[in-house]
Amino acid sequence: MDPFGKYIKAVSARAADKEILKKAQDGGIVSAAYIYGLENGLLDGVIIADKEDGFAAAPKVATTREEILNAAGTKYTVCPNLSVVKSAVREYGCDKLGFVGTPCQVRSIRKAIKYPVGYRHVPDKIALIMGIFCMENFPYNGMKAIVEEHCGIKMDDVVKTDIGKGKFWVYSKWGDVKTIPLKDTHPYEQGSCHVCMDYTAELADISTGSVGSPDGWSTIFVRTAKGEEYLNKMVEAGALETKEIDAVKPGLGLVEKLALTKKEKNGKEVEHRKEIGLPVPY
Amino acid sequence: MVKVAHVQLSSCCGCLVSLADTYEQLLDVLGAIDLVYSQTLADVREIPDDVDIVLLEGSVCLSDHHAMEVALESRKKGKILVALGACAASGNITRFSKGNQMSKPVHDSFAPLTEVVKCDLAIPGCPPSPESIVAVVLAALNGDMEYLEPYAELAKYGSEACGCDLIVKVINKSLCMGCGSCAAACPTRAVSMDAGRPLVDKEICIKCGACSVQCPRIRFPELIEKIE
Ligand SMILES: Cc1cc2nc3c(=O)[nH]c(=O)nc-3n(C[C@H](O)[C@H](O)[C@H](O)COP(=O)(O)OP(=O)(O)OC[C@H]3O[C@@H](n4cnc5c(N)ncnc54)[C@H](O)[C@@H]3O)c2cc1C
Ligand code: SF4
Ligand code: SF4
Ligand code: SF4
Repeated sequence: MDPFGKYIKAVSARAADKEILKKAQDGGIVSAAYIYGLENGLLDGVIIADKEDGFAAAPKVATTREEILNAAGTKYTVCPNLSVVKSAVREYGCDKLGFVGTPCQVRSIRKAIKYPVGYRHVPDKIALIMGIFCMENFPYNGMKAIVEEHCGIKMDDVVKTDIGKGKFWVYSKWGDVKTIPLKDTHPYEQGSCHVCMDYTAELADISTGSVGSPDGWSTIFVRTAKGEEYLNKMVEAGALETKEIDAVKPGLGLVEKLALTKKEKNGKEVEHRKEIGLPVPY
Repeated sequence: MVKVAHVQLSSCCGCLVSLADTYEQLLDVLGAIDLVYSQTLADVREIPDDVDIVLLEGSVCLSDHHAMEVALESRKKGKILVALGACAASGNITRFSKGNQMSKPVHDSFAPLTEVVKCDLAIPGCPPSPESIVAVVLAALNGDMEYLEPYAELAKYGSEACGCDLIVKVINKSLCMGCGSCAAACPTRAVSMDAGRPLVDKEICIKCGACSVQCPRIRFPELIEKIE
């Protein structure tokens, strides 16, 4: 099975800007690409998953560095980023829109571009599609149960959540750090994630995630000519610091292991659904 | 030269506006086709015989023999018959027509074209985007059947498309992952996202089908995977 989908090259990288690194989840790739794009005329608006009260997430169109930085970091809950794409074009007048999303959302936007029945004047406005790796996601109340009931931290007090080293991590604004084993979070996953066969956002221009690179760095797959040109510009301008992926630990081997784990497990679920006569995306 | 006709039944001209709203792309399309019939754009009274592609917009009033004849004539004369737009594809807002309007009080039963004659392709949406019309016409010109397959399926099975599809075919089947594509596609803003799931306001839904057609969890043609 092909673990990653098509890609031109893979690197390990982090944002050069210290402020981005402080606020971002991992190497700050998404925020750095967005800010670089807005400041250099490659983008004129971007979609973000904004932080709302109670560490909820809501999609928003951003046009400034501040808005992007405020939304940096991962929210482990569903955030319908596509729902604002058309208003970005219509109401904000974006001609060069940056999009970020989980692999499923990247698939959705590719479908909207290829089959744009309800997407008048949108396809040619999408300038950059960024994807973030994803193993699973949680409905808001699922994340809340993990954070409040298992970790004993109030949603209003959460400043960061993370998944790593087999655990779900919650950081509070009072400095508490709590974890629960990842296996205890499985009951709270959204069921539809179990038919998902994409770990590394295989249809993005640029995909990124933490796995494969050291703490504070990110792994990047550059997949399209557009993505390659964009990333090269960022590197030349000094917005990103990069390393060969083979030179970092744990490297692509771990990404491959996780991607295949997801595909094998969810592939079985897809087969199971077919057996009992439930529909699967086709 | 490929002969194309635009035929209109019970509709508002929105699909025609969408067809005309293709800017420079229209030149690509018009350069490749011969628009042999269109009541608004061409001065021709009769649909010629042997049209390659008939784009028919609007639903069919079953209590109007004239409309029925035009529907049958379009089927007979068009090698490829396309139900253009939601009224022709799935009935759209005309599904709610109950007749008794002046000046035709007896016009009370509107069915999408797809339920009256066999259509080859259906493009839902109210109106469908100019981009989707151009893509379908170009694919039909090039015989790209793989691209057209979802539109062919809609012509066969899509005549009940509606916001309810999201509940019945996606959420109830544990397939919705909350991307929001349906909400953006809806022309009437009947779909809002609530806790990561679409919420459909049935009072506002006009049954245009755009939401479910756009959902990647119902249909995800393999060719979308080919990116460059
Ligand atoms: C549900 C989920 C599961 C993930 N699982 C993995 C994994 O298994 N392995 C791995 O390596 N990485 C995973 N990631 C990705 C990782 O957590 C980071 O998002 C990614 O590395 C980007 O970090 P960054 O520092 O480059 O981006 P930042 O600069 O911090 O920006 C992150 C961007 O992601 C957007 N975002 C945040 N949350 C969401 C959301 N819920 N939906 C859509 N967009 C959002 C924000 O708008 C922000 O712009 C997951 C992310 C999510 C949302
Ligand atoms: S696991 Fe798949 S379906 Fe679930 S949020 Fe991640 S990318 Fe989407
Ligand atoms: S909910 Fe909106 S997009 Fe869906 S069928 Fe109704 S009007 Fe059309
Ligand atoms: S487009 Fe489909 S998967 Fe996406 S939110 Fe709507 S119903 Fe759910």
